[in-house]
Amino acid sequence: MEVFSFLVSGIFTALEPINLGLILVGVTVGLFIGAMPGLGSVNGVAILLPITFLVPPASAIIFLAAIYYGAMYGGAISSVTLGIPGASTAVATTFDGRPLALQGRASLALVTAALASFVGGTVATIFFTLFAPLLATVALNFGPPEIFALMLLAFATFVGLGGDDIPKTIFSICFGLVLATVGFDTISGEPRLVLFDIQGFLRGIGFIVLAIGVYGIGEMLWTIEQTRGEITTTNPKMTAKGLASDAKEAVRRGWKGTWIGSILGFFVGVLPAAGATPGSLMSYGVAKMVSRTPQEYGRGSPDGVAAPEAANNSASTGSMLPMLTLGIPGSPTTAILLGGMVIWGLTPGPRLFLDESEFVWGLIGSFYISNLAAVLINLAFIPLFVWMLRMPFTILAPLIFVLSIVGGFAATRSMHDLWLIVIFGLGAFFMRKFDYPLAPAVLAIVLGPIAEPTLRQSLLLSSGDPMIFFTRPIAGPITVIAIILILLPAFKLLRRRRSVASG
Amino acid sequence: MNETGGRSPEGDEDGAKSANNTSATADILREEYTMKLTKRSFLGLALGSTLATLPISAFAQDWQPTRPIDFTIMAGSGGGADQIARFVQSVVEANDMTNRPLIPTNRGGGSGAEALLHLNDARDPDHTLMVTLNSFYTTPIRQEGLGIDIEAFTPITMMGVDPFVLWVHKDSGITTFEQFIETVREMDGEYVMGGTGSGQEDSIVIAYMSGAYDLDIKYIPYDGGGAVAKDLAGQQIMATVNNPAEAKGFYEAGDFVPLLAFSDERMDAYPDVPTMKEKGHDFSYYNQRAIVGAPGMSDEAAAYYRGIFSDVYEGADWQAYLVSESLSPLPMDEAETRAYWATQVANHRQLLSEIDG
Repeated sequence: MEVFSFLVSGIFTALEPINLGLILVGVTVGLFIGAMPGLGSVNGVAILLPITFLVPPASAIIFLAAIYYGAMYGGAISSVTLGIPGASTAVATTFDGRPLALQGRASLALVTAALASFVGGTVATIFFTLFAPLLATVALNFGPPEIFALMLLAFATFVGLGGDDIPKTIFSICFGLVLATVGFDTISGEPRLVLFDIQGFLRGIGFIVLAIGVYGIGEMLWTIEQTRGEITTTNPKMTAKGLASDAKEAVRRGWKGTWIGSILGFFVGVLPAAGATPGSLMSYGVAKMVSRTPQEYGRGSPDGVAAPEAANNSASTGSMLPMLTLGIPGSPTTAILLGGMVIWGLTPGPRLFLDESEFVWGLIGSFYISNLAAVLINLAFIPLFVWMLRMPFTILAPLIFVLSIVGGFAATRSMHDLWLIVIFGLGAFFMRKFDYPLAPAVLAIVLGPIAEPTLRQSLLLSSGDPMIFFTRPIAGPITVIAIILILLPAFKLLRRRRSVASG
Repeated sequence: MNETGGRSPEGDEDGAKSANNTSATADILREEYTMKLTKRSFLGLALGSTLATLPISAFAQDWQPTRPIDFTIMAGSGGGADQIARFVQSVVEANDMTNRPLIPTNRGGGSGAEALLHLNDARDPDHTLMVTLNSFYTTPIRQEGLGIDIEAFTPITMMGVDPFVLWVHKDSGITTFEQFIETVREMDGEYVMGGTGSGQEDSIVIAYMSGAYDLDIKYIPYDGGGAVAKDLAGQQIMATVNNPAEAKGFYEAGDFVPLLAFSDERMDAYPDVPTMKEKGHDFSYYNQRAIVGAPGMSDEAAAYYRGIFSDVYEGADWQAYLVSESLSPLPMDEAETRAYWATQVANHRQLLSEIDG
């Protein structure tokens, strides 16, 4: 029960006036940074890192962690209201959040996102509190073959259930995979697919660039084409009563996604290679897979909002774990936090829990407080965000365009990427016209850069023998499940043919 | 290739060990580490630059930045270069040393090609700086199409150099370099080491070691040093040549065992770890941690930044960082830096051609 005495003292540390103040400021700042398209927790934490030099290390990391949390909540806001992912971690939130908003249920989507985030964050913090050292060991057991098996599983969840048109889903995945290979290849040390010798492609195609293009520009064009600008959103309720009834509905229709996201997100977040973005996409896939009504996904299912939102908060807590216990960042944001810890004179790694227990438990305590603060602040701001939707689409559309461009530039500071955003936006519009699912392409460009190197590393390890994915104790079962899931639609198809033939 | 032993009059430091058994390669390599010459003169230099700082700072007041300063990082977030850049930025910010902020931006794409091109094409060279690692040398060699001539860049401040150390996991039972060599030979091509991408620092060190001892090592490239250290901790791979900063946490927890340092002299933090030079191979290798300016930066601006960053360098914060992260100091003035670059480029060209051989 030692853990609980540490935890209580940690929570007290977090409740000290300076820390509590920093949590409130951090969460609010994070919320708005997260809500800005293109800007995510990475940017927020990086920009504010130098400020933390002025306060003690424990307060500094509490502040940055609060921004990280706030941004995870905030990312959902523009995903829902504008259809542009507020941060890369919130891309999957647009899949169902945006349709809900178009049906006039933006407040339901936002409330679901907030509550799911809260549950995700809290569940993850509890796991973190109880099992941190154990989970660090588990993370170490994930070498390249295990990570690749996991990525295969993620793809499988999308192929197996990508809708009715499996060839189109596979095409979409392959398209994303090709885009993911552009740029410098670490393993061979050579540049690949530097199209037209444009130097900007050396960097590869940023995921956020694709996401803003597809969901910001593409979605805007699609909406204009579908509605000719005469979009009618029913006036959303904004009373306390309305919020309460939304909350009830969110719990009723989103609890399943929330649990899946909370648990899966945490474990994916703990693996150093992955992080919150793959975690949220995988949770979306799995939630859809186990749902009794998968056809609702993509058309405004609260579960489809809850799963990725619970997962991204859960994963962001999870990704702190390898950072603190192994000194290895689980996500880009924790990489910057890690740099911060070095600056504050702390050595992240296996000894941190022993040598700096006050710091570690103060941080863990702050996770609980930050989560609570974030959900309350977020709920308080929902009416403001929903109000934005009352603007006629003729005003909103140029706004979305400007935000996409500004957000894209802020994230990458490169004109090359702005052109790509526009091209991807147009491309996405036409892909949608021809009824190609876009989510698998987005999934592929997120997971491709993880899957490809781990595949090649694994095969280097085994001297080219693919059995390495089946013979290792953790990789084996995951690979088998993934293959079954990929083949599932083929079986179904066969059975249907047979029954048709016999009938 | 040149066999003139006379190239390294300063080689007396390693005494008889650097005798004639070194290969021609090592001889060329020696030139790189002829910089060790400075090892001895380091103290003198350091002292000199302390004195020199004052007038430089005073002179620098003539020029002041007029807009935020682009502080490009040649690598992705979280790696060694990134940590250093953010550390330096924090020191500058905390002490209010510049009237305009430093804006760090990670441009690690194409193994630093993105950052190099960004500086090469900088519209405002007076406000464009970069934090480097050794891809500053290797990337322009490997990707000639970029048309980058690093000698056109403006030297600002050498913040230190980061040595490489050979690590194994404690469960391997290996405690000495000789045991390591024996094990690798016994495994006959099945010994697995991890490191950063092909043609990058780790692969250069491992390729040299394999060549010198005729080892057959299976090399797995990773994205960054952090991932490499993690997979050694999980025993997915058997050994690494991480920088001390990357392996420190695991070393302190007792998981990693250092076998050999690729530094000129034994490192203060690892006094019992022998160097490659003691083993009779005149080879050492460091990752450069420097700040450079864009080509075409005016002399006034360069002097201003040299003033700022040498103040950072002298400061207690940075000196403590050098110790805690096991970086070696290597202070140089502009002319020395240019000479250093020239030898580094030549040496890397040689090393890379042997790897690709």
